[in-house]
Amino acid sequence: METIMAFVVGALFAASIYMMLRRSIVKLVIGLILLSNAANLLIFTVSGLTRGLPPLIPEGSSLPAGGWADPLPQALVLTAIVIGFGVLAFAVVLIHRAYEVINEDDLDKMRSTDT
Amino acid sequence: MSPEVALPVIIPFIAGALSLIFYKSHAAQRWIGVVGTGALLIASIVLLYNTYTQGILVMEMGNWPAPFGIVLVSDLLGAIMTVLAAIMGFAVAIYSLPTISKDHEAFGYYPLTHLLLAGVCGAFLTGDVFNLYVWVEVLLVASFALLILGGERAQMEGAIKYVALNLLSSIMLLTAVGLTYGLTGTLNMADLAVKLPEVEDQGLVTVVAMLYLVSFGIKAGAFPLFFWLPASYHTPPVAVSALFAGLLTKVGVYALFRFFTLLFNHDVGYTHELLLWMSGFTMITGVLGAAYHYEIRRILSFHIVSQIGYMIMGLALFTPLAIVGGVFYIMHHIIVKANLFLVGGVVYFLRGSYELKEIGGLWRTKPWLGLLFLVPALSLAGLPPLSGFFGKYIIIRAGVEAESWGIVAVALVVGLLTLYSMIKIWAEAFWKAQPEEHEERAAQFERTLSDKSLALMILPIAALAAMTVFIGLGAQPIYELADAAAEQLLDSTHYIQAVLGETP
Repeated sequence: METIMAFVVGALFAASIYMMLRRSIVKLVIGLILLSNAANLLIFTVSGLTRGLPPLIPEGSSLPAGGWADPLPQALVLTAIVIGFGVLAFAVVLIHRAYEVINEDDLDKMRSTDT
Repeated sequence: MSPEVALPVIIPFIAGALSLIFYKSHAAQRWIGVVGTGALLIASIVLLYNTYTQGILVMEMGNWPAPFGIVLVSDLLGAIMTVLAAIMGFAVAIYSLPTISKDHEAFGYYPLTHLLLAGVCGAFLTGDVFNLYVWVEVLLVASFALLILGGERAQMEGAIKYVALNLLSSIMLLTAVGLTYGLTGTLNMADLAVKLPEVEDQGLVTVVAMLYLVSFGIKAGAFPLFFWLPASYHTPPVAVSALFAGLLTKVGVYALFRFFTLLFNHDVGYTHELLLWMSGFTMITGVLGAAYHYEIRRILSFHIVSQIGYMIMGLALFTPLAIVGGVFYIMHHIIVKANLFLVGGVVYFLRGSYELKEIGGLWRTKPWLGLLFLVPALSLAGLPPLSGFFGKYIIIRAGVEAESWGIVAVALVVGLLTLYSMIKIWAEAFWKAQPEEHEERAAQFERTLSDKSLALMILPIAALAAMTVFIGLGAQPIYELADAAAEQLLDSTHYIQAVLGETP
């Protein structure tokens, strides 16, 4: 399972970088969305995918019986999803507003502030 | 358990929440801005004093013991950075009173600056890698919104590059955090410092270190990752530019100092050699970009890049003296750089333009402003007895001792070129006569600027210039502080013992 996920994460990273290298600002944001999802899946995968072993401690003992799924990466992924959602929502509004002001979707035509 | 460590994070949050409560009343928000950042300044100075006298302070959030809970750690570097952030916040809060327009105030300028300060202080004080990511996101979101306040075309164009590249760097940081957890099973920095050397495959550790290097390199504006910075920093209102120039890239530099002293010192020959090359090219490209431009804020933006090179050079040489120099340089640079932006803002409000070709004659009408410009400008170029001289002197001396002649030569030449572009601003804006075709606009701007507004702008500039002179003339105590901070950075046992409470 981890091997498959590794390929999925790799494919997502590749797709996102391809999208970000396009000239359209919409595709740039799509690339960022894919990238953030790729990073989340990566965190999820590196800590090992364990099924059906909740980290619950039975009464009277101090460790879960048998193995357990690590809850920390899941907490990290949840936090990262929320942050990513907020930031990407901002990015979407930004490109909408930028399109209204500049009237252009092509990054190559937005070079007046460049050096 | 030291609750004062959390204060520099909590105070801006409270101030930000209060400004939101009084969203309709701009007068109340202005007061909260000044009082809130003033309280932040006091809290951070107390924190630095306590850290200096009592050693590294640790606060375990929610009383969960490290390494299981999140800790806030104040070592000397973190505390120094927090004080600098608070100084910047306070100076810019005063400077904002006359310079920020009603429109910007109406769209939440003050709550956003408080949020930015909370994020910056949190990033300086956290002892947990994932928590660092969260704080970086907090300050990024605030900076995104501050950057586009006003919504002009140039701001939009700059913001797209700024947002895209900074999001990319944050996601790379997140990826690196995930891989770190996969390698070691911990995210607490002190625990990582213990466990990273125990990882079997040290090659993987270097890979993760490179991910952090690229991520923080983008944030710090290091070569070849700095292109978002000169494309965006000259677009927002000048108070925002000054705040960004003083603080945002320095979060990246701070993170590099923290990670490449405490965590990734296993393969110095590779990682720090790379940092050294980065620093050299950062200095050169930055200063050449500045030499080319004739717009005050663009010149200053490129100088941020070039000065970042000196700080990274201090880290890259990785000798005790070089780290001292790097820390000293950060202290000097934040104050000087923000001050130059503030002076640039006054020039704009007196002449109506940032283009050096369109302005002039300021020495005739406002000679004291010329003096206030010369103090930070000559300090940036590294003339004695100002603060920049000692920063450059320590770093270059460390380079000579390490016999890295190439980087020493680069640092000296870049110092000269810095002097060139500072003299360019001086000669164009202050010395030459006002060009006639723009005389009307200049006269109109100078008439509309009231004395009270001007005084409020000059107050923080004069205070920061006084600090620059003080750091220069009284370099010894500042040097001792930087020395103590560098000692803590280079001997990670202090940090590990303070956080984990045991000797490794």
